[in-house]
Amino acid sequence: MIIELGHFALILAFCLTLPQAFFGLVGAHLRRPHWMAVTNRAVAGQFVLTACAFGSLAYAFNQNDFSVLYVAQNSNSALPTFYRFAAVWGAHEGSLVLWMLVLSIWTLAVAAFSGSMPQAMTARVLGVLGLISAGFGLFILLTSSPFERLWPAAADGRDLNPLLQDPALAIHPPMLYTGYVGFSVPFAFAVAAMLEGKLDSAWARWVRPWTTVAWMFLTVGIALGSWWAYYELGWGGWWFWDSVENASFMPWLLGTALIHSLAATEKRGLFKSWTLLLSIAAFSLSLLGTFLVRSGIIESVHAFASDPGRGIFILVFLGVCVGGALLLYAWRAPLFRSNAGFAPVSRESFLLMNNVLLVVATTFILLATLYPVFLDVLGLRKISVGPKFFTATFLIPMLPLALLLGIGMHAAWKKATFEKTRAKLTAIFVGALAVGVVLPWVVYGWHSVLTTVGIVTALWIIASSLLEPIERLRKGHSLSAGVIGMCIAHFGFALFVLGATTVESYKHEMDISLRPGQSTQIAGYEIKMTGLRNVQGPNYDAVESEMVITRDGKAVATLHPQKRTYRVQTSAMTEAGIDAGWTRDLFVAMGEDLGDGAWSLRVQYKPLVRFIWLAALVIAFGGLIAICDRRYRQRITTDATEAVASDAKTA
Amino acid sequence: MWRFLLPTVLFAALVTFFAFGLHRDKETLPSPLIGKPAPIFTLPHVEDPSQTVSNAAFAGKPYVVNIWGSWCVGCRQEHQTLLEIARRNEVPIIGVNWKDDRAAALEWLQTLGNPYAQNAFDGEGRVAIDWGAYGAPETFLVDAHGTVIYKHIAPLTLDIWDREFLPLIGLNARSGAAQ
Repeated sequence: MIIELGHFALILAFCLTLPQAFFGLVGAHLRRPHWMAVTNRAVAGQFVLTACAFGSLAYAFNQNDFSVLYVAQNSNSALPTFYRFAAVWGAHEGSLVLWMLVLSIWTLAVAAFSGSMPQAMTARVLGVLGLISAGFGLFILLTSSPFERLWPAAADGRDLNPLLQDPALAIHPPMLYTGYVGFSVPFAFAVAAMLEGKLDSAWARWVRPWTTVAWMFLTVGIALGSWWAYYELGWGGWWFWDSVENASFMPWLLGTALIHSLAATEKRGLFKSWTLLLSIAAFSLSLLGTFLVRSGIIESVHAFASDPGRGIFILVFLGVCVGGALLLYAWRAPLFRSNAGFAPVSRESFLLMNNVLLVVATTFILLATLYPVFLDVLGLRKISVGPKFFTATFLIPMLPLALLLGIGMHAAWKKATFEKTRAKLTAIFVGALAVGVVLPWVVYGWHSVLTTVGIVTALWIIASSLLEPIERLRKGHSLSAGVIGMCIAHFGFALFVLGATTVESYKHEMDISLRPGQSTQIAGYEIKMTGLRNVQGPNYDAVESEMVITRDGKAVATLHPQKRTYRVQTSAMTEAGIDAGWTRDLFVAMGEDLGDGAWSLRVQYKPLVRFIWLAALVIAFGGLIAICDRRYRQRITTDATEAVASDAKTA
Repeated sequence: MWRFLLPTVLFAALVTFFAFGLHRDKETLPSPLIGKPAPIFTLPHVEDPSQTVSNAAFAGKPYVVNIWGSWCVGCRQEHQTLLEIARRNEVPIIGVNWKDDRAAALEWLQTLGNPYAQNAFDGEGRVAIDWGAYGAPETFLVDAHGTVIYKHIAPLTLDIWDREFLPLIGLNARSGAAQ
């Protein structure tokens, strides 16, 4: 009964998206305040109904209602309660309901925090978001309903995919979706600005916090996915250039570009049409990611039920949504001319280079992801693009980006002369060069030129991003939250470069076979297998080995890696044993049972690998600080008067 | 200003390409097994666990290996096709009952009919791994020399059987399709 109510609530939520879109867009066009006011109510109603739909599904999971097909396919009575909740978004249908819920939360937030915006702008933004909700609502109701009954009911469920039975992966999709879906807000703002025919620095100021929040969630979501892959897949890698990973990474790159281009639009009224295009593109890539993952057009290790019917729906939706926005862009973008000029060396030029390089990187990844499909469609041959190719091409735009970042942060708007900072920047660079060459050499030994370049660049950005805050603090000057946030985020980026360079250059990996009593050496550590035993979990059986790690005879850690077999889906999972530390991780994963008590093991030494995920948190934290900037909370008097004036005109 | 139309044009090209991509024939993904000797398996019989089934017993003539499970919706879909192939009595079908529950498998065969010459029970999925199957249903064609010559992923239809399978073992579709 509850599940039918949920289904009904979702149908009603879909129905409410239509007045939301109609009264928002048409009301704003005809300047009718009463029509526009309806939009807000539709938004609130849509949120409540979507939450009910989601809640009913969660309830069905919690109650082990195996008469619901989706529950029977993705849960089991032995599944722990927490995962029973996370199982709601464990497969295609439920994850779309989550997607819809997240979208309605974003919409509600835009409606709630739009106090400083003219009513027409808010109404248009909510109207566009209503159209997107309508598309997704229809997608769920027509092709992917999780509310179908299974009759007769299953005695027990097929269980949640064991790969997803992990805390990090349980919260990874909500984070990622919040980011993906969040990009619909700048998209809606862009469309609204094009409909309005007006784009000023106030517009950029409204969009910036939304973009930053979406981007923060995406940052954390991607990092969680990477962290999960590291300890759960049992390979010890942190990024695989898998097409599904790329699908989340491309919107992130464009979102980063958008954040920077918005800065120029806000401060100097520049790059207006470019900012619009990036807003459209970032959300398009989020949708494209969904399409790639759900349509089965690309093979991936990330299993999603793929279905051409769904693929066609998303493709049509993508075409309408993005095609419409791009046509609007072609028509309206010529209106948004910037008349401000800037010198070849200025903050503006650096931001422009940032944008060009990030877009180039995104294009590389997009092409490499699609290339195998492209060849296949043309009937040429079936290939796959390896991670080496991705890494190599990705570094081409990223190295100059990282190097320029250190200078760009200190460039003044309009024309940068670096009069005051030249000496300091030079000193920092020389310092970074010296430390970056010598320190890794002493600690780890020589590796390669690229390693040195990476570490020097990281140190250079770290010092450069600390320069301004330290200077200001010493002189007792105040510093805006925006600048502090920027410095923190760039500092985080440097941590990432440092971690990624070090771990990729100096890691040790070995695959060996051990039986209890035997030991091996890696990077100065002695790893001894002291025991093997069988363990029983709530819904799995496991073989667990005990690995004692010592260094120079002193105990370091005892690890318990497991090889689990989940009872229902009878699939084997690796639960790696990791001794984590600031300077290095020691990673032991169990491979195959070789018989006679011997096991194949993957033993890895990963220096500074924690910096990669720590960096993502620091980057996201920088975003958090940046959106606390006072200027996002001020009502803009000029816009307020304008709004009053336009209201007066209609009255 | 035509340059503002450029994104739309690029996007249209991408969507067109995806539209073709969706209809691309993913069922002919190459299997590393094609052209190689068929892996030999010996497994307990589904109906009678004390008996064993081995594809070695079928050597010398073409045979089909069909990986199925009672949990698999696609298998239910192709079941009528398999029954029809069995009825024509052209090529024996060896079933590999994959990661299934024996009772459920038996019930399936009783209610839906049994097209299999022999049916092997692969509860742990070891044989399926040897054969490189990553889902069910998958259907392999092995020729008289014991070489795997064709692999079909997804539910089998009579159309595919007549068009793709039969010519490979020297039978033409007409003789088979005489209904």
